[in-house]
Amino acid sequence: MSCSFSAVNSIQPRSLSTDNPSITPFKPTPSPFLGSTLKPRFNSLKKSPSASTRRRSSIVAVSDVVKEKSLNFKSSPSNLLITKEEGLVLYEDMVLGRAFEDMCAQMYYRGKMFGFVHLYNGQEAVSTGCIKLLKQEDSVVSTYRDHVHSLSKGVPARQVMSELFGKTTGCVRGQGGSMHMFSKEFNVLGGFAFIGEGIPVATGAAFTSRYKREVLKEADCDHVTMAFFGDGTCNNGQFFECLNMAALWKLPIIFVVENNLWAIGMSHLRATSDPAIWKKGPAFGMPGVHVDGMDVLKVREVAKEAVERARRGEGPTLIECETYRFRGHSLADPDELRDPAEKAHYATRDPITALKKYMIENKLASEAEFKAIDKKIDEVVEDAVEFADASPHPGRSQLLENVFADPKGFGIGPDGKYRCEDPKFTEGTAHV
Amino acid sequence: MATIIQGIGAAAALSSSNSFDSKRFHLPSRRSLSERKGSFLVVRSDGRVIPGSNPRGRRTDQLITNAVAAKADASAASTASKPGHELLLFEALREGLEEEMERDPRVCVMGEDVGHYGGSYKVTKGLAPKYGDLRVLDTPIAENSFTGMAIGAAMTGLRPIIEGMNMGFLLLAFNQISNNCGMLHYTSGGQFTIPVVIRGPGGVGRQLGAEHSQRLESYFQSIPGIQMVACSTPYNAKGLMKAAIRSENPVILFEHVLLYNLKERIPDEEYVLSLEEAEMVRPGEHITILTYSRMRYHVMQAAKTLVNKGYDPEVIDIRSLKPFDLYTIGNSVKKTHRVLIVEECMRTGGIGASLTAAISENFHDYLDAPIVCLSSQDVPTPYAGTLEEWTVVQPAQIVAAVEQLCQ
Repeated sequence: MSCSFSAVNSIQPRSLSTDNPSITPFKPTPSPFLGSTLKPRFNSLKKSPSASTRRRSSIVAVSDVVKEKSLNFKSSPSNLLITKEEGLVLYEDMVLGRAFEDMCAQMYYRGKMFGFVHLYNGQEAVSTGCIKLLKQEDSVVSTYRDHVHSLSKGVPARQVMSELFGKTTGCVRGQGGSMHMFSKEFNVLGGFAFIGEGIPVATGAAFTSRYKREVLKEADCDHVTMAFFGDGTCNNGQFFECLNMAALWKLPIIFVVENNLWAIGMSHLRATSDPAIWKKGPAFGMPGVHVDGMDVLKVREVAKEAVERARRGEGPTLIECETYRFRGHSLADPDELRDPAEKAHYATRDPITALKKYMIENKLASEAEFKAIDKKIDEVVEDAVEFADASPHPGRSQLLENVFADPKGFGIGPDGKYRCEDPKFTEGTAHV
Repeated sequence: MATIIQGIGAAAALSSSNSFDSKRFHLPSRRSLSERKGSFLVVRSDGRVIPGSNPRGRRTDQLITNAVAAKADASAASTASKPGHELLLFEALREGLEEEMERDPRVCVMGEDVGHYGGSYKVTKGLAPKYGDLRVLDTPIAENSFTGMAIGAAMTGLRPIIEGMNMGFLLLAFNQISNNCGMLHYTSGGQFTIPVVIRGPGGVGRQLGAEHSQRLESYFQSIPGIQMVACSTPYNAKGLMKAAIRSENPVILFEHVLLYNLKERIPDEEYVLSLEEAEMVRPGEHITILTYSRMRYHVMQAAKTLVNKGYDPEVIDIRSLKPFDLYTIGNSVKKTHRVLIVEECMRTGGIGASLTAAISENFHDYLDAPIVCLSSQDVPTPYAGTLEEWTVVQPAQIVAAVEQLCQ
């Protein structure tokens, strides 16, 4: 596994824990964990906003790695992290995520959608930075906060919105809802509503990639899987179990932690003995990378390396993206607990604004071009709402259709026929 | 986890039951006791056989042949040159598994010690050397995660078989089994299928203690989208294993620790059973006894006594624990008008309770007496032999219950 460790360094030059044994949660020494105060804040809730109540804002807009690169090649136009086209794709995807979620909030309060709806505002750089690197055959596994991951992976906004409206044109026919987005076509293996349960599924998809290559002899199968989950999940057994299995079998998977600091109302620092999640990668023999999750370019840079490693068959990577959600945990969350100063601080670090700034400063795009994209996305989202609104509610006949892939699973009735042959099953009126 | 191997030796204690031939079907010889006998046939009429070559149609044909030729079979069974081959139940499971792995390279096995060790009850013995470590994957002890991993693999095109080293350990995987095995096909709008088989040794063994002696079918039965079958003979073990692997639905296959060493002659030709059909074990007239898994042998032991006492019980191994084969069960109820359920499952919320409800709902008018359900006691399975024996249903209780029901 020593090779893995050297790979860590090539992606993430900041020292690993082994290089700096002085890092413990009890010694507030300068740490590679960017935002961490490394100080349990048992009593800080009532204190005035200060550095100790939020992560230290040492995160810069562009990563150190990237800065170095830029400095080295300042003269040539290829020194930039992205081309104009790439940049506009990223911008558009982030704007789509943002506008879509804002519209969800509107529609929720207008009574068009129900249940728990978790919005992604603020975290767009992670979804866009990671997923836009993937091919259609690559898989994405998400959580309950899954609308934007699906959009980034290519699922049409119409289908996602329609699903939220509970309509039959939704990506899962109105049977899943906000937390259960799937797309076979785009290989979205699901929104998983319970913490951690998607990670094993993602590990299984990565196992299939290896199985296809080695057992089914599909030599060209280089599909990778990305699993997204939050900081709260990183204290769950399935996270550790899957890190172990993925590293053990060198599976082509990227574990992307969206560390937004809060598991509903549980601060990451109150829940985790060592808040540096990325350190858990090396502990399992895979690179652990820590990245500014508010900077799409930095996320992209790190994810690109991880995806390439996975495609080359060199195994998994753990990426911890430090990010922040601009809204409450869900639309049902009054969001009273988080410090207004903390929120205000992260609001200044909006990933969309940051990308725009970078592109304008580097003369990659003009304000007019961004405006055109904004307008286009507004239309896409408006269209999605209109489509969803006009779509039909699921009919009764849909009720029993997908309980079993093979409806013989409903069994044999008293008349000796398979119960699914009874017209009541197609009508959805049978009692099962 | 160390104690589970013990069950293998203990299974030999059942050898008295081994002579029992699960495939033999007798034509009912005596029907005078049944008033509504006209509606009952052991075999299904050809009119309802679904044309074509689906397993259900094939099996119906086979049933007819067996039933008609029952006597000839019985005499043939005593000759030296019998067709088929004789093996133990765990070998039958392995044979089924191996045939399916041979047939379809997407079929793979995952679980604790399934590979190099060959499985805690040797169901996967020899498969890892033959098919390699990826197809017979030894997993770390992480039930919830490797079960979820199998689900992810199934969603992306493989057909994994998950072995619970002991079925009880799968309680640790309950979330994956329930949320993702059972529900994901539905929540994905039918886009993803989960063709997995979850199997392993369960039931009350010989003094294995509470955690290794669980009756899990009660826990799993209300998960939507999952089918459950229990095997009880080498013949049906192999046939159900193959059917479960081929099913597009997630299937839980219950094996019983005390039945692994049952010996039986099974056909050389390939066969696949239906996951939804019950098995007529002994046709009779006076009472319908519904049972499954190991209790089948307690019932058959009791049946001997009952026959000597002049009763003619009909014994059905329901085999499919979810869904129930309401046709076979219903026909029997319509004939005998009395039902006794014998199960090892928990009394509260168990299979028997569900079966009672299903029969009451569908065949109440045919019943001459209330349904009696003999379940194991709602206690954690005790270690001490005496206490353990009183926990599960014993043949004498079955005899007494039948006598009372047929009064």
